[in-house]
Amino acid sequence: MRLLEYQAKQLFSEFGIKIPKGLTSKDVEQGRKDAEELGFPFVIKSQVPVGGRGKVGAIQKCHNQDEFNLKYPQILEMSVKGEKTRAILLEKMAEIKKELYLSLFLNRGKRCYTIIASSEGGVEIESVKNQVIREVGLGDVDKQVAEEVAKEIGLKGNSVTEFVDMLQKLSRLTIEKEAELAEINPVAVLNDGSLIALDGKVITDDNSNFRHAELEKFQERSELEERAEKSGFTLIELDGNIAVIGNGAGLVMSTLDMLSDNGGKAACFLDVGGGATPESVYEALTLISKIKKVKGILVNLFGGIVKTTTVASAFIKAYDEKLIDKPVFARLMGAESDKSKEMLKETKTKLFDSVEAAINAAVMEVRKSG
Amino acid sequence: MANIFELLQGKEGDADYNKKPVIVQGITGKFGSLHTKLMQEYGTNIVAGVTPGKGGQKFENIPIYNSVKEAVDATGSKISILFVPAKFFLGAAKEAIEAGIKLLVAIPEHVPVRDSLIMLDLAKKNDVIIIGPNTPGIMIPEIIKIGIMPASPFKSGDIALLSKSGTLMYEVANNLTEAGFGQTITLGIGGDPINGTRLIDAFEMVKDTPNLKGMVVVGEIGGDAEEVLAQRIIDSNFKKPIVAYIAGRAAPKEKRMGHAGAIVYGNYGSAESKISMFNKANIPVAKRPGEVAMLLAGKFEKSD
Repeated sequence: MRLLEYQAKQLFSEFGIKIPKGLTSKDVEQGRKDAEELGFPFVIKSQVPVGGRGKVGAIQKCHNQDEFNLKYPQILEMSVKGEKTRAILLEKMAEIKKELYLSLFLNRGKRCYTIIASSEGGVEIESVKNQVIREVGLGDVDKQVAEEVAKEIGLKGNSVTEFVDMLQKLSRLTIEKEAELAEINPVAVLNDGSLIALDGKVITDDNSNFRHAELEKFQERSELEERAEKSGFTLIELDGNIAVIGNGAGLVMSTLDMLSDNGGKAACFLDVGGGATPESVYEALTLISKIKKVKGILVNLFGGIVKTTTVASAFIKAYDEKLIDKPVFARLMGAESDKSKEMLKETKTKLFDSVEAAINAAVMEVRKSG
Repeated sequence: MANIFELLQGKEGDADYNKKPVIVQGITGKFGSLHTKLMQEYGTNIVAGVTPGKGGQKFENIPIYNSVKEAVDATGSKISILFVPAKFFLGAAKEAIEAGIKLLVAIPEHVPVRDSLIMLDLAKKNDVIIIGPNTPGIMIPEIIKIGIMPASPFKSGDIALLSKSGTLMYEVANNLTEAGFGQTITLGIGGDPINGTRLIDAFEMVKDTPNLKGMVVVGEIGGDAEEVLAQRIIDSNFKKPIVAYIAGRAAPKEKRMGHAGAIVYGNYGSAESKISMFNKANIPVAKRPGEVAMLLAGKFEKSD
């Protein structure tokens, strides 16, 4: 899961990494109390799970009450790259001498953890220059490696000790919380040479959630996504109006691509999963019926271990119970597809021999209905 | 590293040539039992199952043992396929490696990355090939199937098929088979961020196969396995026809698209990045799975 800045900083603080004094609120009343407690000036920071906040004005300095009254509600209403502000972090500003970059991440290609550090922080990682890169196996960073990295990015004096301490703490956090990424960007070097984490990004491994009950409070899922997970399938809501259902993540992604190539837009990504049953697929259709913007349903199945009849029987039940009133366009291949086609023949589902034909028909139909 | 064909088939003249013994870990579970039957039907020589606490019993006439060690001692098998819940994955994988298994096909989805890394470390030290986790498996069509893929899309032939995704592997195999391109080997890399056998490793495993005529790579967004592979193909001067397909062009950034590994950060992991690297390696990239066989046929025409 991707933690918001204030949540990442909560973890930093737990592991002894210094952060600026800050308070988090979700409404203007609490925000006012926080402002009073913190005292002006401070920074108002939108909490969203994407980068690029600064560019769109979702991080702003605030010097007095008038500015607060104007800016807090503005930022609270703001969206960054389509992500709504989840909360507001008010944070004290620090006297900064220099900004560094530091992260520890799961290097997929090399299959190990890797440190990236740079003397030039505060920009997105793609633009970070003079990167010092170190592979560190399972994520454990010993003192010697940390010192070498500190020196390579040009730190001197007490900043070296501070950096070693920060990196080792970040390493402990990465290992103990099973993070795929733990990034401090920027690390601020203060006038006295000490280091502080000005911004933080932590992404943990969702597959290790069962070992981390303590992180559950950070989990953010829509009701639909939560119900999907409980039933063993994946549902991701998207912007368009055609619901896409298939078996296998790759096949559904591929269907999304072809839909988009043909001028259609997906309302959701729904992978029924390898363990699909008529009940779980029925639950999936129930969830789709709750997505208001859906105007058509596109089904692409390559039956194997999950038989196409499993999905077909869920559709029959859904028709019987009047769960579906939207047009359905289906391409069924593989295990028991003849039987499935026979089952669906009498229903309103339109059957196609190729996914391309099904997509074309779905796009045309949805256009017609405006 | 051991030769994958030798592990899967053996050598002509071996007593168990094309009948290599395979162990199933988690044979009595819902998936383990179902797929044991399907693999047997396909002709895979399943010789033992492992379920702790059920040693001495039988499943479909296959003896069950309490540990992999006992199963290996009794059968001499070097191959195991693993069906256990993700929570118990690391323990089961370690047990297999320590018992002398040389090819481990790891089916489970949702294995924590840390567990995969620890397993891989151990596998390297013991010269073990891991396929997966989160893989549909590996097969030499019409000889041996160690995995959960349906049988019908695959046919024996001379094209190697490597895929991150399961269903897309079936889809593309079906497309190839219908066009007359059988497969010499089909290998599922798995949809996780950490793969026991990466695309590049799989390429190395199969590229020198004597009867190999061409290769198809089915990738998807996330990571840079496709880019690394494309670079390796350029560097190794591999001249046989290759065609690729990449899923996920329309996927939004920073969203995990069903597979744990299918996520784009910035340009890292994006379909554009992969497609442009394949283009650089002179490998055509299909826009849809149904186009793969056609592009491959085109490549063959040019190379003739």
